[in-house]
Amino acid sequence: MIVLVVLALALVSLALAFNAFMEGEEIVAIYLVIIGFIALGLSTYVLMQSRSRAAAMKIETPKTLTTIECKKCGFKNVREFQRGDYVYKDLDKCQKCDDRQIITAIYKEVKEKEKTFPF
Amino acid sequence: MKESSALSFGFAGQRARVPPDPIPNSEVKPCSVSSCSVVFGHANLGKLAAHFSTKQTCRHIYPNFITERLLLWGTDEKMNVLTVLAILTSQFGVGGDIISQILSIVYILFFVVFIFYGQRIQMYAMIREVEGSLYKLKFMREEGRKTAVETIKEIGKPETDPTPRVDRYLEYFTISPQSMDPAGIVDKLDHILDVRDARLKDEVKLMAPATDEAQTYNLENTLEAAMALNYIYKVVRHYYIQGKKTLSFYTIMQLQMILPLVMKEAEAYASALKAFAYGQPIGDGAGPLVAAKLMHGYETRKVPKDCVMATVPFEGRTALVIKAEGPGGNVGKPGDAVKATIEENQGKIASVIMIDAGLKLEGEKVGEVAEGIGAAIGGPGVDQYKIEEAISQFHIPINAVIVKEDIGDAVSPMRKEISDSVDKVIERVKGVVLERTKEGDKIIIVGVGNTIGVGQ
Repeated sequence: MIVLVVLALALVSLALAFNAFMEGEEIVAIYLVIIGFIALGLSTYVLMQSRSRAAAMKIETPKTLTTIECKKCGFKNVREFQRGDYVYKDLDKCQKCDDRQIITAIYKEVKEKEKTFPF
Repeated sequence: MKESSALSFGFAGQRARVPPDPIPNSEVKPCSVSSCSVVFGHANLGKLAAHFSTKQTCRHIYPNFITERLLLWGTDEKMNVLTVLAILTSQFGVGGDIISQILSIVYILFFVVFIFYGQRIQMYAMIREVEGSLYKLKFMREEGRKTAVETIKEIGKPETDPTPRVDRYLEYFTISPQSMDPAGIVDKLDHILDVRDARLKDEVKLMAPATDEAQTYNLENTLEAAMALNYIYKVVRHYYIQGKKTLSFYTIMQLQMILPLVMKEAEAYASALKAFAYGQPIGDGAGPLVAAKLMHGYETRKVPKDCVMATVPFEGRTALVIKAEGPGGNVGKPGDAVKATIEENQGKIASVIMIDAGLKLEGEKVGEVAEGIGAAIGGPGVDQYKIEEAISQFHIPINAVIVKEDIGDAVSPMRKEISDSVDKVIERVKGVVLERTKEGDKIIIVGVGNTIGVGQ
């Protein structure tokens, strides 16, 4: 509510600035423009923040991958995790050598954010 | 551009280059008159009364005398808001046109408000921040509850709606034993934890009768994550309401200060919900994953409690590898398992090596491996106590290898860096074994942590 009032006042300030400029009151116009833009920027920022906060209201479920390996021939396959998968679970026969495959790893890949610290 | 406006424009309460001009279109002349005491805030009432007697005089004299002018408010049809503004600003040595006067008044008001209400404004900003986090926590709590109910319905096939039971489960509490006389407290705590564990497992079985043992463990873990989210939400809400009720700056400030850490933990539990519901390995399972790799392909046997052990040849030594029984979400009781194994071997163990996930400091990399001395095991301390008792009885050296990760990584699906660190850990363990034991010795290797999604 307050944000919307500030936004409206910012627009009024910009309109007044235009008016003052037309009347030759340049310094007044400059002040009003500065006030208008600061208020406009702040209110837009707060609005954007509240929108992004609402968008962030979800629990991220990262993609989890399952690595399947054949112990005999070393054939490796990575697929998406399926319910019931666990590490060292025996699976179907290998496509290449007919030996049993096992799950060797289950993990998620996380992209690290860029470092912002010098250390 | 008018010269007057260019010259008289004051900024932020500072005096402009020229003295204040009369206000345009105003009938009040803003200048002092010697016949009246005009020092700001010191009114000579006798003289004031004389001036109030004629309205005509008021228009032109004593413009700097704020009290007088304010008393005239509404009585003189010529007085208006602008006049009062002009008088107010001229009191502070600021003049000029209407915009500069408004700015100066705003500036002065800003200071006055901040002097008297600065702390309160700051508190309201903090309350707003806490409120935002509280909404997020509420959302997480609801998600936790929803995930738990959905998972129970999906895999447990209950005959009735499990929601009331889930709600009751989320409110369970455990009272720790009295520590005024600390002798024997470990056994008491151990007993309380056993009772709690059995009770919660029974509840899960009642809620989801169609589940196998591994699924029961996973459901129990899911419910515990939901329970943690419920508790965090309620505690934060408690301090928020208390702070708002009492308007205590320090209550709100303390809450706002620890909120980033609380939110980090809550987010970790929220992301753990799906991992537990689906039975995915979590970061805390680094220890059991290493133990599983060492014991895979060898015969395993059950050891107390909820643990498995395999005898594995390792660099010319005999390694007794212990981990919690997987792939259900279970941490077992490594304390009991190590104690039983040591006693079984009459204390003839050359070394105990414990592998666990360890909290990393900010700046350290996830999956980094470090080595040290001592019983690497978290929890309430019962297992650590039992291991330390057993090794000190037989003077067995104890070593630890940890995989570094933060709290978020520990309870959420296992990161690739942690999964990849298994080989590095095994190399470190080999190093310790080769340096610290002799060929033919017996060693115990314990993989500590939640073994969800990790078999053997």
